[in-house]
Amino acid sequence: MNSIYSELILEHNKSKHNKRELDHPDHVERGHNPNCGDDLTLQLIVKDNIIVDAGYIGSGCAISQASMSIMIDMVKGETVAFAKEKADIFFRMIRGESLTEEELESLEDAIAFESLNRMPARAKCGTLGWHCLEESLK
Amino acid sequence: MLYRDYFPLLKHHPEIIYLDNAATSQKPESVINEIVHYYEEHNGSPHRGAHILSVRSTEIYERGRDAVRDFIHANRSEEIIFTRNATESLNLIAYGYVMHEIKSHQNIVLSITNHHSNILPFQQLKHLGFELRYLYCDETGQFLDSELDKIDENTFLVSLPIISNGIGVIHDVKSVFDKADAVGAIKLLDAAQGVGHMEVDVQALNADLLVFSGHKMFGPQGIGVLYGRYELLDTFHPFLTGGDMIEYVTEQTSSFAPLPERLEAGTQNVEGVLGLTKAIEFIEEIGLKNIHAVEAELTTYAYEKMKSDDAIEIYGPTELNHRGALITFNLKEVHPHDVASILDSHHIAIRAGHHCCQPLMHHLNLQSTCRVSFSVFNTRDDIDKLYNAINEVKKVFYE
Ligand SMILES: Cc1ncc(COP(=O)(O)O)c(C=O)c1O
Repeated sequence: MNSIYSELILEHNKSKHNKRELDHPDHVERGHNPNCGDDLTLQLIVKDNIIVDAGYIGSGCAISQASMSIMIDMVKGETVAFAKEKADIFFRMIRGESLTEEELESLEDAIAFESLNRMPARAKCGTLGWHCLEESLK
Repeated sequence: MLYRDYFPLLKHHPEIIYLDNAATSQKPESVINEIVHYYEEHNGSPHRGAHILSVRSTEIYERGRDAVRDFIHANRSEEIIFTRNATESLNLIAYGYVMHEIKSHQNIVLSITNHHSNILPFQQLKHLGFELRYLYCDETGQFLDSELDKIDENTFLVSLPIISNGIGVIHDVKSVFDKADAVGAIKLLDAAQGVGHMEVDVQALNADLLVFSGHKMFGPQGIGVLYGRYELLDTFHPFLTGGDMIEYVTEQTSSFAPLPERLEAGTQNVEGVLGLTKAIEFIEEIGLKNIHAVEAELTTYAYEKMKSDDAIEIYGPTELNHRGALITFNLKEVHPHDVASILDSHHIAIRAGHHCCQPLMHHLNLQSTCRVSFSVFNTRDDIDKLYNAINEVKKVFYE
């Protein structure tokens, strides 16, 4: 099981390169898991349907922060439609639905969270950032 | 025989180190077997019908009431009301009594260490206009003397836990209840973390009302107790109405049965009461003194071990005679849920989170914590394994 605490997740958890406050974000979405105390806020700047900048602030467990950070790396510079598609695939992976090979590969580093579909107690940590993203782009 | 051998779950899962006893205890074989036996031999609807099975289940149910009465040293069986759990008992107090009796100029004084179940039922009645006050504690869980001044002539009810599930402090109930007596307030004690770990004697504790859950004291889930001093309990209004709690029912009005039936509507949980009865027998067979000795020794051992580690921050009492059999802590820089998940991968079950004590956590400026809680079947070896696994968590996060 320590697999979920892989190098990748720990590296994101430590490096915090996406943990920063944006100057004038046009989307701010706070996500909260009252049971764990995860409390992360995603900030986005979207121009002409492109996510030109993204960052997050707050506190949370390694899984919630790493998942948020990996997500930001993935969607920054991409279109809103691309981000929405990735969110959809990510949620389906966490729900344990079967994905096509291409879908799975398209999640890139976020595949590291696949085992959360067998860890119901932690699934909410892994999806917190993605929920913020989904709400922001509604 | 090792204490561990009494618990089938621990036999079936020799790898599991169960350190979440404050959340729910494991069940001894005698409790499990008796419940199976009940359904194979005696099952009937209690208090209804003249046939032999109904008579037997009524006997079993009422014998359980007597067993609880003796266990907590109540005067009369009618002072024992069966509920689902401590939470339901507390709601029964709020909706069956406080809601009908409290005046808008009065106040209710709660300990900041209260479990949510000992806060929300009163908060839900705030529209009645009364004030909710809190007794604040220092970081070791002690109330400052001046806090007790919040209990005044307008105090309707005072409520606190005998042991805090959040930080493990054993409260000085006497000083709080003496103050309540001086102003004539009702004294409510949440004994959920006390029963099965220490002597809980409603007379010695001078409680008017006392609640606990069976599942934290080796009994099954779904059975709880409300104790009330008879004269007080007899003024309670029913919170649930329906079958079994009535005297006469007509189309437009009804009259209610006397205590205890009046507060126990519907077909009751005979299996739960029977399991609770066997749990009491189990506790008495081992002896509260022995249980306490084992738990205190383990708590001291674990506390000293963890305290000597700079990476571990322990919360709550520093004097161990003020501490129940649980330790809340954090591993620096690591979120409690990450600690708990990694310990789980080493088959060590602990609790992480706010422990249903958000106001306390806020007061102590904590987000969430890890908690280990012990029972009579735990051993020093369990604690050594816990500590080794904590070192594994450190490896994952610190290296
Ligand atoms: C001190 C305290 N009070 C009340 C409760 C509520 O118990 P239950 O959930 O069984 O109703 C608990 C359980 O967590 C507790 O620790």
